Amino acid sequence: MCGEVCVVVEVLRGEVKDITYTMLAAGRQLAAGLKTKLTALLIGRDVQKLVAQLGAADRVVCVEHADLAEFNPDAYLHVLIAVFEQHAPRLVMFGHTATGTDLACGVAHRLHWPVATACRTFSLGNGTVQCSSLTCGGKLIANGPLPEPSCVVTVMPGGYKAEDGQLHKTPTVETVSAPGLDQVRTRFKQYLEPPAGDVDITKQRILVSVGRGIQNKDNLALAEKLAAALGGVVSGSRPVIDQAWLPTTRLVGKSGKQVKPKLYLAIGISGAPEHLEGVPEAELMLAINTDPKAPIFDVAQYGATCNALELMPLLTENLKK
Amino acid sequence: MSLSTVVVLLGLVASVGLFGYRCWQRMQHLRLGRPAGPFGQWSKRLQGVLVFVGGQTRLLRVPGTGIAHIVIFWGFVLLLPTILQAIIEGLFPDFVLPFFATFGPLSLVQDIIALAVTVAVLYGLYVRAVVRPERYKGSHQFEGNLVLCFIFTIMATLLCHTGIRQNLGEAHVAVAWQPVAAVVGLPLRDLSPETQEAVSEVCWWIHLGVVLVFLTLLPLGKHFHVVTSIINVLLRNLEPPGRLMPARRDEGAEGAERIEQFSWWQMLDWYSCSECGRCQDVCPAYGSGAPLSPKLLIMGLRAHLHERGQALRANPEVGRSASCEAILNKRLVGDVLSEESVWACTTCNACDRECPLFVEHVQPIVDLRRGLLLQQRGDKTLATALESLRRYGNSFGKSDKQRAKWTTGLDFKIKDVRKQPAQTLWFVGDYASYSPALTQVTQATARVFQTAGLDFGLLFDAERNAGNDVRRVGEEGLFELLAQKNITALQKCQFERIVTTDPHTYNTLKNEYVLTNGQSQSLGAKVPILHYTELLDELIRGGRLKVLRKLDGAVTYHDPCYLGRYNEVYEAPRRVLRAVGCRLVEMPRNRDRALCCGAGGGRIWMDEGKVKERPAESRIREAAALGVGCLVVACPKDLTMYRDAVKTAGLEGRIMVRDLIELVDEATRANAGSAATAVAKTEAMASSLSAG
Amino acid sequence: MDIVVLIKFVPDLVEDLEIDAATGLLDRNFLRLMPNELDEHALEQAIILKERHGGRVTVLALDTGDVDEALYTAVAKGADRVIKITGDGFDQGLGNRRIAAILRRAVGDVRFDLILTGTQAVDDLDGFVGALLAADLGLPYVGYVTQVVAADGRVVARKEYPGGLNAEIEVNGPAVLGIQAAERAPRYVVTSKVMEAMKSAKIEELAVDEVSVENELAVSSMALPESGTHAEMIEGNVQQVAQKLAVLLKERGVLA
Repeated sequence: MCGEVCVVVEVLRGEVKDITYTMLAAGRQLAAGLKTKLTALLIGRDVQKLVAQLGAADRVVCVEHADLAEFNPDAYLHVLIAVFEQHAPRLVMFGHTATGTDLACGVAHRLHWPVATACRTFSLGNGTVQCSSLTCGGKLIANGPLPEPSCVVTVMPGGYKAEDGQLHKTPTVETVSAPGLDQVRTRFKQYLEPPAGDVDITKQRILVSVGRGIQNKDNLALAEKLAAALGGVVSGSRPVIDQAWLPTTRLVGKSGKQVKPKLYLAIGISGAPEHLEGVPEAELMLAINTDPKAPIFDVAQYGATCNALELMPLLTENLKK
Repeated sequence: MSLSTVVVLLGLVASVGLFGYRCWQRMQHLRLGRPAGPFGQWSKRLQGVLVFVGGQTRLLRVPGTGIAHIVIFWGFVLLLPTILQAIIEGLFPDFVLPFFATFGPLSLVQDIIALAVTVAVLYGLYVRAVVRPERYKGSHQFEGNLVLCFIFTIMATLLCHTGIRQNLGEAHVAVAWQPVAAVVGLPLRDLSPETQEAVSEVCWWIHLGVVLVFLTLLPLGKHFHVVTSIINVLLRNLEPPGRLMPARRDEGAEGAERIEQFSWWQMLDWYSCSECGRCQDVCPAYGSGAPLSPKLLIMGLRAHLHERGQALRANPEVGRSASCEAILNKRLVGDVLSEESVWACTTCNACDRECPLFVEHVQPIVDLRRGLLLQQRGDKTLATALESLRRYGNSFGKSDKQRAKWTTGLDFKIKDVRKQPAQTLWFVGDYASYSPALTQVTQATARVFQTAGLDFGLLFDAERNAGNDVRRVGEEGLFELLAQKNITALQKCQFERIVTTDPHTYNTLKNEYVLTNGQSQSLGAKVPILHYTELLDELIRGGRLKVLRKLDGAVTYHDPCYLGRYNEVYEAPRRVLRAVGCRLVEMPRNRDRALCCGAGGGRIWMDEGKVKERPAESRIREAAALGVGCLVVACPKDLTMYRDAVKTAGLEGRIMVRDLIELVDEATRANAGSAATAVAKTEAMASSLSAG
Repeated sequence: MDIVVLIKFVPDLVEDLEIDAATGLLDRNFLRLMPNELDEHALEQAIILKERHGGRVTVLALDTGDVDEALYTAVAKGADRVIKITGDGFDQGLGNRRIAAILRRAVGDVRFDLILTGTQAVDDLDGFVGALLAADLGLPYVGYVTQVVAADGRVVARKEYPGGLNAEIEVNGPAVLGIQAAERAPRYVVTSKVMEAMKSAKIEELAVDEVSVENELAVSSMALPESGTHAEMIEGNVQQVAQKLAVLLKERGVLA
């Protein structure tokens, strides 16, 4: 693995998460530019079956152990350190997620490598690798080099298309045995399931998403009616869920769900990065917000600054004609 | 000594003794409270007693029962000699009260008033039994009815007894002086003298008995006000209503967490509450279906004071009973009063204004809120607003540097009064500065000032929220911090007077700000502080602001709580409206009876909660029912609330809400805006709707 | 249960950010700093644990300028010790690697069972303070924590995953936890209590000399995001917008 680009595969409950494909897409480009190989590092138990989804990588390295079945921060860290102590890649890529961010710094510190976080895009020039991160709530872009010989990064979605990280090829598979895990100081106990019995917004084609601009719970009814007229469902951003106007199952965003609907109507949503992470690739996004400077208008294809509370019933009526 | 004399003596001793003991008990409870005073201005206070107790002026605000109560009150005062006569007669049978029992004209007055009292009492019973006004809900109805029956009985037995005396020629005055009693005695004339004597005796015994029983019951409930009202009115708060009492900060406590943390003076208030419910009737929170009734709040405080006072006095050596412990463990807010009710108040002051006994409701609520915030019990949305106010000096979560951003839309520059002197310092206020929906109105205000040639300036970034509602929400320390920052900024500037957009700002600057120049001088005393409506009135009357075109049309005007009821500014805005040509139609609830829009007291920073009908919606309906096309307001919060209410009440197209400054701007600006004036437009709209 | 809370002061995003023409980096001259929101959650969680289990809460913060008020507020909320770490160049915007090294020195021999800090800060570029400090101290680290339960000398952290899923992770021995949200929203403590703290409490100052840090990340340039692809705005009054939108949606075949 020396000098390679290594993507640490993000797996949750036996599923490969989309950020992995973003990383593989980025990794493919970098590996090509650096004239090196792209490796996917897969940690867990019974993970061989996931290899087929990692076709974008040249090689998949599997580390399996019963204690690695579910994410366990200290255990995974032990594994990563053991693996990288043997072979130091040029770049180690983690998803900027609850699992990736637990591990990136530990790896960087122990192996004496620098770490750059929240990277969106990478570029190559004069043999150096540069990364570009979005920081300060999306208000600032920072660019910098990723030094040699090795560097750790965490990757945010949005810079690359997931499809570019999904190739139907067969990578070579290597298994590496896990190091001793008896010194591990954290232990996975159990999952706590989210409240069930509600709509799965990730499967919806049309979402009417409401934010703080909806002002109060009563106005939700307007959104519901509009959603019904469109044949879709209501979702929301963090402030709406925090106020308990919608259950957590309807949360779109970093702590909620990532959705890929055909139509995403953002009503009274400002467009904070944490929310936009939840809808990186909607086919058609319309935004209604009284603030013409709201960041959402940089992402949506169409927008209007009229009063959403007045617009919703009128739009519902117009659609019924 | 005859048996009857002994009985009377015993009855008297028992009654007075029990009455005295019960009064003493309540006095002991008052001693639990914090100190109060000093009380000065005695002549003004005595005058108050004459007007408000003697004249019963506030009671007439509800005319029907008001008049009835005046009759009953003065009836009792005038009939007191007859009660005294009855009692002393019981002890010394042949005693006749000199003058009071023998002066003919007085007897005539007493005679007629006894009839009047009877009628009043019957009217009272009719109101309670048949009309059943909303304001009695939650009051001790049984006690109310019982006492009315007592009074009826006292009157009836008096008239009957006196009538029979007249029949038997034993009266103290000629029959001409007691016509009513004579009429009452008429049907009994045909009975034998012995029978009449017996009836008369019975009447006398019942009369005395009811009086003595009534006396013992006085301290127990709402009729204690008979004893405490004169003292309560005498000691009433003479400060301007817009000036709250500062927080007491001893033993690390702030506000009232336990009932003993109120002052005895506040507790006296609660003992004076007669449960009349006038406060409840005008409370916007209660009217909207929120769990707050000012009357029930006071009754709750009174009841808890009593039970806790009793429990605390239980002998600790003997050991407290379980129920005692339970009472002592009760949380004042939580078990006795609900948190929701304490936060529901908009501090509009309608309750305090209405109360005939000058019971204060807003101050105890603020004291309770101070205690709640100290314990970190508050609405979550409120916490966000307070954090923003503390960090940025405004409740919008926006930078203080953005405060004057609205000025960029003007085609002239406004003076920075931090750098240059100006005659008038314009303290704009949070809502007018930061609310995007209000920018145009604030700009219109600037335009009007400019047109009038006013020498004015702003504090720009140095201005902070004036703190009126921060104080009323219970965050006294933050109020002090904001006030200090504002005063420091003001003291560096040169100006002659201050004008404010917002009545809330107006109230606190005028009544609550104290300069830090070592003299504790109030800002309002040092520098004239005007609301913009007062300034406009002055400018128009002085000819400095010329009305170039009259706006035709009928409008109605909403008196903002902090301008009208709190600070008595009613006429200036009305004069301005007439000056620009509007025809003013008053709403039924106007001036000091105006219904609060519901935003005050920090409510605009809190979760709405469940409401039946928002106060703003009730008000906008009241306005629309007049058939006018426009509701004129003079407060940025009113503008915000009523514009929303027009939509939620489904009155779009029926009525518009405009700020007074918008009308003045249209009437005075050099280049006429659109072809039709706003008011005429809405008139046309309204008439076309009614035609169609 | 003794807890150390780390508070980092970050740019207040309410203000507009600007690029310093000379350095090509964030202009820090007129920048307003505020405590990182998630660090406030960490403090809240620490106080909650103290109220439940007793013990002491110690707050550590680098003196990036104007931090006193926040530290006194921490005392008013219930912190027992507040330590301001002073040193050269702290107001220049240090990278997290360096901050972690400084904190490592400052923690010194403070006794703790847990170190709590926000799982991230808005201006993070090179890692996360909590995770880096954990690695430096050789302690386990769990991030995205929304609840901490302590019983029988063990700590169980609830870790938040997307979509409302949570996991319970048991941690042995002292550890660093990255807080995503406290069990309750950070409490509001009244101004008079903060004023009281200003009078009665003392902020300890701890000077930290040069620390050697390897692998600091260099930032070559910063820029403000361009609103490149701005949305096509639909004009008109509400009626018109509603009509145009309906037409647009039908044209795009969304309503199939």
